Amino acid sequence: MENQQITDALLAQFGADDVFGIGESHGILQVTTTVETIVPMIHFLYAHPVFKFQFLTDLAGIHFPDAKGQELGVIYHLHSLENNVRLWIKAYAPIEAPHFPTITDLYAAANWMEREAFDFYGIIFDGHPNLTRILNMDEMDYHPMRKEYPLEDATRHDKIDELFGR
Amino acid sequence: MSEIALVQNPNVGLDKTQKGGPYVNELSTLNLGPTHPATHGIFQNILTMDGETIVDAEQTVGYIHRAFEKIAERRPFYQITTLTDRMNYCSAPINNMGWHMTVEKLLGIEVPKRAQYMRVIMMELARLTDHIVCNSILAVDTGALTGFLYVYQWREFIYEIYEEMCGARLTTNMGRFGGMERDFTPVAIEKIQKLLKELPAALKEFEGLVMRNRIFMDRTQNVGGISAERALNYGFTGPNLRAAGVDYDVRAMNPYSSYEDFEFDVPVGTKGDTYDRFLVREEEMWQSLRIIQQAMDNLPAGPYHADAPHYYLPEKQDVYHNMEALIYHFKIVMGEIDAPVGEVYHAVEGGNGELGFYLVSDGGRTPYRLKFRRPGFIYYQAFPEMIKGTSLSDAIVTMSSMNVIAGELDT
Repeated sequence: MENQQITDALLAQFGADDVFGIGESHGILQVTTTVETIVPMIHFLYAHPVFKFQFLTDLAGIHFPDAKGQELGVIYHLHSLENNVRLWIKAYAPIEAPHFPTITDLYAAANWMEREAFDFYGIIFDGHPNLTRILNMDEMDYHPMRKEYPLEDATRHDKIDELFGR
Repeated sequence: MSEIALVQNPNVGLDKTQKGGPYVNELSTLNLGPTHPATHGIFQNILTMDGETIVDAEQTVGYIHRAFEKIAERRPFYQITTLTDRMNYCSAPINNMGWHMTVEKLLGIEVPKRAQYMRVIMMELARLTDHIVCNSILAVDTGALTGFLYVYQWREFIYEIYEEMCGARLTTNMGRFGGMERDFTPVAIEKIQKLLKELPAALKEFEGLVMRNRIFMDRTQNVGGISAERALNYGFTGPNLRAAGVDYDVRAMNPYSSYEDFEFDVPVGTKGDTYDRFLVREEEMWQSLRIIQQAMDNLPAGPYHADAPHYYLPEKQDVYHNMEALIYHFKIVMGEIDAPVGEVYHAVEGGNGELGFYLVSDGGRTPYRLKFRRPGFIYYQAFPEMIKGTSLSDAIVTMSSMNVIAGELDT
């Protein structure tokens, strides 16, 4: 099974409006899609007689503060164990309304992964059975992995970027 | 006829909504953890019990969350190595080397054969320690302390090999981008040879004590089972998935670090229960020994690290006498080396399953985003499903055999 086959099938099924940003990174195919198409696309790949992307390896949130209107993203790492092919599906949503559909009905593994993405990025997975914080404490009132929260104490003088030509 | 009339007791206990009645037929709540000697780590399970039977379990994790993914966004690449070995601290070198291989993939560094073989040896030693801990503690949790004592000293011995290779025992920080930080010393080789010669006898003795032990079998067979289908749906990997009958092993399916050169079997179970997990781990230890033996026999000559001066810390001797080495030493230590733009996912077979690193680099000195795929975090969510309807003592051995490591769970 070649990556080209997967892109062709996805383009045939969903069209170029919903399948874009096609690329390859060290052999792993990646496609970007719209938030609305995530669930149909993952269901299509899951149920496809040849592809069988039935294993969810990981789900990662990401924050691009400069990408207006698509600040928050989710990267789904799918794996077809039968063909030993990996695939990334990416989708982005605005930070004011970071709503993504849940895929817990298809993969039980997505439950905690989505909770983690919610915990750290504030991505809201609509339809999730228990969307609460998982690693941070419940009282926390912000989402710490967003880029606006600098990691280190700004008052430290031994780590000023300028002094190191950064 | 007796003068004492028998009075029928009212069935107060049967009405579950009534408060303050007798305890019969009432659900009770039991906190298993956060600190409990049988959980081997800091995490909590709030169990709803019907007498001895578990009705439901609610998990709380994150007690030792250390924000590794956030910290990694500020650190130069080589400083992240020390974060990785604090995840699955039972098999720290696998974490280190998985991370090194991820960065090498991004940088495009070709690692020499000798370094790859050395990595394989260290990673298989780490797998041995991981499985020794898991299996012998499982025996302890079922009440058999003796077997644990026979094999645990070999874990100590493997830690001595780590010490010889990197100076540390638990949080190893072993290897560098491009290879290993030092070649095998004669002491290290001698110790590995001794291990290969003497560990099999200890393992056999352990298996003789535990594997066909009636009590152990009764405690573990048909306990905490999961079907292959559910295991895959829950994202199981590693020995826990293989115990359910799926032969997915990253070493065999996506070989890295020259694993394709070695001959080894991937053991699988049938039922996915606690006993199968135990057997799969036992067999994997034998396979690890087999791989180490092959790697030691065919250890190629040559350099133990790649020629990648921008990323590989030069030897101290050169730093004192060689201008370029001094410059690179300074730049690497200060974290002044920019990485190329790119996006990489690399997976290795960790002690518990597929340990993945998803790295997004924007061309800076630190990762833009680093996501650790921790196998323990993903499969531990199946725990309530696996223990529902069983007793508390079954839940303890199920958890023990899943090898949930708190450091890996919480990053």
